Amino acid sequence: MAGSHRIPNGGRVTHGASASFTFDGKTYQGLQGDTLASALLANGIHLVGRSFKYHRPRGIYAAGAEEPNALVGLREGARAEPNALATTVELYDGLTAKSQNNWPSLQFDVAEVNNLFQRFFSAGFYYKTFIGPFEKSWMWYEHIIRKAAGMGEATTEPDPDHYEKVYKFCDVLVVGSGPAGLSAALAAGRAGARVLLAEQEPDLGGALLSAPKGSSSDQWLSATLEELEKLQNVELLPRTVAWGAYDHGTYTLMEKVADHKLQPDEHEVRQRSIVVQTGRVVLATGALERPIPFGNNDRPGIMLAGAARTYVNRYGVLPGKQAVVFTNNDSAYQSALDLKEAGIDVTLVDARKDAPAQLVAVCKSASIEVMSGRAVVGANGRMRVRSADVAEFDAKTGASSDVVRQLACDLLCVSGGWNPVVHLSSQRGRKPEFDAKLAAFLPGTPPDNQHHAGAMLGAFSDAGAAQSGFAAGAEAAQLAGAGEPSRALATEGLTSADWEKPLVPIWDIKPGEQVKKRKRFVDFQHDVGVSDVELAHIEGYVSVEHLKRYTTLGMAADQGKTSNITGLALMAELTGRSIPETGTTTFRPPYNPVSFGVITGQETGLHFRPLRRTPLHDWNLKNGAEMINVGAWQRAWYYPQGGEDVDAAYIRETTQVRKTCGMVDVTTLGKIEVQGPDAAEFLNRVYVNGWKLLKPGRARYGVMLRDDGLVFDDGTTSRLSDTHYFMTTTTAEAAAVMTHLGWLLECCWTDLKVHVTSVTDQYAGIAVAGPNSRALLQEVFADIDFANEAFPFMGVRETEYKGMPVRVFRISFSGELAYEVATPSGFGEAIWEALYEAGKGHGLCLYGTEALGALRIEKGHFAGNEIDGRTSLEDLGLGKMASTKKQFVGSVMRQREGIQDENRQRFVGLEPVNPEERLRGGALLHPHNGPHAGHGLGHVSSTTYSPALGRFIGLGLIEGGLERYEGQLVDACYPLKGWVVPCKVVSPHFYDPAGEKQNG
Amino acid sequence: MRITCPCCGERDYGEFTIYGDASRRRPHIEDTDFETWYNYVYIRPNPKGRHKEFWHHTRGCGQWLVVERDTVTHEIYDVSLARDVVTLPEAPGAEAAEAK
Repeated sequence: MAGSHRIPNGGRVTHGASASFTFDGKTYQGLQGDTLASALLANGIHLVGRSFKYHRPRGIYAAGAEEPNALVGLREGARAEPNALATTVELYDGLTAKSQNNWPSLQFDVAEVNNLFQRFFSAGFYYKTFIGPFEKSWMWYEHIIRKAAGMGEATTEPDPDHYEKVYKFCDVLVVGSGPAGLSAALAAGRAGARVLLAEQEPDLGGALLSAPKGSSSDQWLSATLEELEKLQNVELLPRTVAWGAYDHGTYTLMEKVADHKLQPDEHEVRQRSIVVQTGRVVLATGALERPIPFGNNDRPGIMLAGAARTYVNRYGVLPGKQAVVFTNNDSAYQSALDLKEAGIDVTLVDARKDAPAQLVAVCKSASIEVMSGRAVVGANGRMRVRSADVAEFDAKTGASSDVVRQLACDLLCVSGGWNPVVHLSSQRGRKPEFDAKLAAFLPGTPPDNQHHAGAMLGAFSDAGAAQSGFAAGAEAAQLAGAGEPSRALATEGLTSADWEKPLVPIWDIKPGEQVKKRKRFVDFQHDVGVSDVELAHIEGYVSVEHLKRYTTLGMAADQGKTSNITGLALMAELTGRSIPETGTTTFRPPYNPVSFGVITGQETGLHFRPLRRTPLHDWNLKNGAEMINVGAWQRAWYYPQGGEDVDAAYIRETTQVRKTCGMVDVTTLGKIEVQGPDAAEFLNRVYVNGWKLLKPGRARYGVMLRDDGLVFDDGTTSRLSDTHYFMTTTTAEAAAVMTHLGWLLECCWTDLKVHVTSVTDQYAGIAVAGPNSRALLQEVFADIDFANEAFPFMGVRETEYKGMPVRVFRISFSGELAYEVATPSGFGEAIWEALYEAGKGHGLCLYGTEALGALRIEKGHFAGNEIDGRTSLEDLGLGKMASTKKQFVGSVMRQREGIQDENRQRFVGLEPVNPEERLRGGALLHPHNGPHAGHGLGHVSSTTYSPALGRFIGLGLIEGGLERYEGQLVDACYPLKGWVVPCKVVSPHFYDPAGEKQNG
Repeated sequence: MRITCPCCGERDYGEFTIYGDASRRRPHIEDTDFETWYNYVYIRPNPKGRHKEFWHHTRGCGQWLVVERDTVTHEIYDVSLARDVVTLPEAPGAEAAEAK
C-alpha cells in the first residue's frame, strides 16, 4: 500500500500505480493521482515547512491553490523550483522535494528562536528598529535582513526546458470545471458556440471530485464529460489556470503541459502560455474556505474542513485518526460525516448555539458528538496538533469562557465560511460587494463580457451551481452570436440541499481571561496574526491598503486567498465600521504565481529579439571579422590579423586608412527615401539648415531637433532628382526618425505632398576612406569621373556596375577623402567583393566599428555618445548652422533661456597630460586638483587611442565649453575605481581641422 | 485591448504603437509664438475618460490612426485614419488679416 495512512482502495487515485518520491532525502511511496500533499499525508507526514518570520512548524492546510503553508522546493539542479504548492504539485515517479526555510533541519530549526521574541517581531518591526543612526542605515540593514528572510531558493542555472506562447480564439471561455463550469460549457456547446474550458487541476469536476467515490454525482459527471468530449466545438483544457483578465475579452492562461513528469518529453514544452481572445466569459471559479483565527491555529494537523474531506474522498488518505471539526456553518457537517465514514473519530464543535437540527441528528446517528455554542480557543501540540481547548462561546458578543473541555485529536478541521473566488472579475475593475448573509464578498454585476455562476455567487448546492452555470452558458452563447442550447440541463444525481441554518460570521476567537494567550494567525504565509492587525490599528492605521502594507497581510505569494477577508473584517471590528465601509481588496493578475518561463515563452537567447544582419554579414564572418552587437544589429567590430586583440587591430586599421585606404560596412545607417513635389519644403521643416537651394546631384549634412529644441539626430541627405531625396540617419535613431517623419506627414502636415519610405534593409552601405579611395573607386566605377572638380566633396553620382545599380556619395566621417557606396542589398556582397579585389592594388584594408569610432573621434565628429538627448545645437558647436530665414521643428523652443545658456556643458576635446594614459568614457570632469566631488563640470563621452597623434584622446562635454576651459587642465575622474586622469581641454578637431584632406 | 483598424479590421493592440495626444493640434510651422509652442509641447490635459490619441499600426498596414479611447475603461469609441480627421492650423496672422 502506498503510504501507511491510505484507505484501501479509497479515493479517486489509481491503486496499483505507485510512484516513488523523496521528501528531504527520504524515499516514500505515493499513487498516481496524488498531489505531493496527499502523498505526504498518506505517509503520515504533516510537518512540511517552517514559517516565514517565526520559523514555526507548519503543515498542509488546504487541498488546492489557496494553500498558504505547504510551500516546498521541487527537483534539483537546473530544474529546481522554489515555493511550489505541495497541494497542487502532481505526484510522479522520481519526484524530489524538500522543505524550505529551516536550518539545520525541518525538525530542529535554530531560527525558531524568533518565535520566542515574537512580541518584538510585530508589525512594522523592521521599520521601527532599523532606522538610525545614519541617513542610509536602512539600506545597510536591509541587505542583512533580506538574507535572513525569504522562502525557497531559486536555481542560478539556466532553465533547460522550453516554453511557448499560443493564441486561441473562442466565443465562450469557461473558467472552472465544477458543476457550474461544466454546465456552462454544456449549454454553450449545445448552442453551437466555440467553447474553451480551462481547469487548473488535472481532472475535471471541481468540487464533485471531493464527494465520496461512487456518489450519485459521479454519474452526472461522467455523462457530462462524455458529452463535452464528443462536442467538436468544445475544447477542454485541464492543468490550465486562467490567471489574468484584460480589456476587450483577452484572457491569459497557463497550461502545465509537463509538470507532472520527471521532465518534458523530447520537443515537448514544460508550460504553455495561452492568450485567449473570447467573445464572452463564464466564470465558475467557485469559493475558497476560510480559516477562523484561534490560539496556535497554525499547528501541523490543523486544516480546512473541506480540505480534509478532499483528502479522504478524492485521494483516499486519512489525514488523522481522531478529528475535531470546528465550524460556524453547515458545510463542515458533510466533512465530519465523510471523515467518520472513512473511520476517523470525529467530534464536531459548532460555534452557533442554534445548530442545524437535521444535520445534528444525522451526525448523532453516525456516532459523531456535536457540541453547539462552543468554540476551539486554542490548539495544543507543537510539531502536530495534540488536543483542542474548547470553551463556551457567544457568537453575538464574541466572548468565550474558560476552557471547558480538552479534546484529544491529531486532526483539527476548521471552517469559517466560504469566500467566492472573485479575482478575475475584480481584475477587470469591478469592486466586489459584501453579502451580509454569507459574510462574504460576491463579485457584483459582472464586468464587460463576463457571466458569473455557481459557488462564486454563493450557490453552494451542486444542483444549484449546475443550473446557474447552464443559464450563464446559454446566455453567453447567445450574446456571442450562437443559438439556443439544443437540450435542457439534467441535474439528476446532483444534490440540491441548501444550508439549513445560516452561517454566523466569526473573524476571531478571543480567549477568555483564564485562557493561555497564544498567537492567532490570519495570514499564515506572512506570519501575520490578529495582534499585528490590532497593533496597526492602535498605531493609527485606518485604510485597509495601509494595513496591508504595514503588516504585509495578504501580500505573500498566495495574495491572501485565505486571509484577506478576515483581515478586513478584523479592521472593521476594531474601527467600529462595517466591512463594506472598511473597504475591499483589488485583485490584480496573476491569480496564481506564474513562472517567468511561461511569460518569456520562446523569446530567449537568440529569439529574445530579432537579430539584424547586414548583407555583408556572412562575408565578414568568413573573413575573420570579430562581431559586435549594435542595437539589434551585428556589425564587424574589427578584423584581427595574426592574433591581434581589439586594440592592436583598430590602431592598425585606423593607421592604414589614413595612409592608403580602408573599407567599412555602414549598412546599418538608417536610410529613408523622401519623395514628392513638396520634398524640399518638408526637409526644410525637419532640418535646422536650409534645403531649398540644394541641387540634384548634391548632398548636404543636416541636423534635426525635437519639438523641445534639443538635438534629435543627424545625417546626410542627397538630392537625386527634383522630387526625390535619399536621407540617412544614425544607426541608433533610424526607426525613431522614420516614425517621427511619418507622423509629421500623416498627422500634422497633411497638406504636404511627400511620401517617406524606410529603405534601411533594402540598401547595403559601403564606406571607402583614405587618400587612395579616389583611385580605387575610379578603377571600379569607370563611368564616373572622380576628379575633384568633376565630383567634389558632397557630390552624388549614380551608375551601374555590371548591371547592378550603384549610388556613390562623396561624404566623409573620418576626415579623409572618402566615398560611400549604396547598392540594393542583394548586390551588396558583389560590389563589396569588387572593391575588395580592386583594393588590393591600392593598399585597401578592412576596418570595423572600433576604427570607425577612432577616426571620427580624431576628426572631432560627435555621435550618439554626444547626441544623447540632452544636447542643444550650441552645445555641439552647431549654433550657426541653424537657419535664421525659416522656421523648423524646434526652432521656437530652442530659443529658451536655459537652452541658450552659455554655462551649459559644451562639446570639447580632451588630451591626457600623460599621452600614454587612457581616458575612460563616462568619467566625470572635475577641476584640476579637486575638489573631486559632486556631479562635476561635465563628463568624458568618447575616447580612443589616436594613431595620428600618437596619444590617447577623448571627447567630452564641459560647462562653458572651449570658451571657458580651452588650454586649461581638468581631472577626468572615475570614482568607482579611484582613477584620476589630468587632461587638457582642447578643440575637438584633432585631425586636419581645416578639412583639406576630405575636400582635396 | 483590441483596436479596429480601418484598413485591417480588429487587431490586438500589440500590433500598434501609441504616439501621444491627438486632441492637441500642432501649431503652424510659421507660428513663432513661444506660449503657443510651449503649451503644445509641454501642457497635457491627461483626461480621465474620453481621450484622442495617435496610434501607428506599426506591425500591420503602417497607417496612422486617431483612436478615441476611454482612459479608465479602455472602451474604444472611434478609430479613424489620421489623415481624414486632422485639421490644419491657420497660418499665423491669418486671423488678424481677416479681421482687417
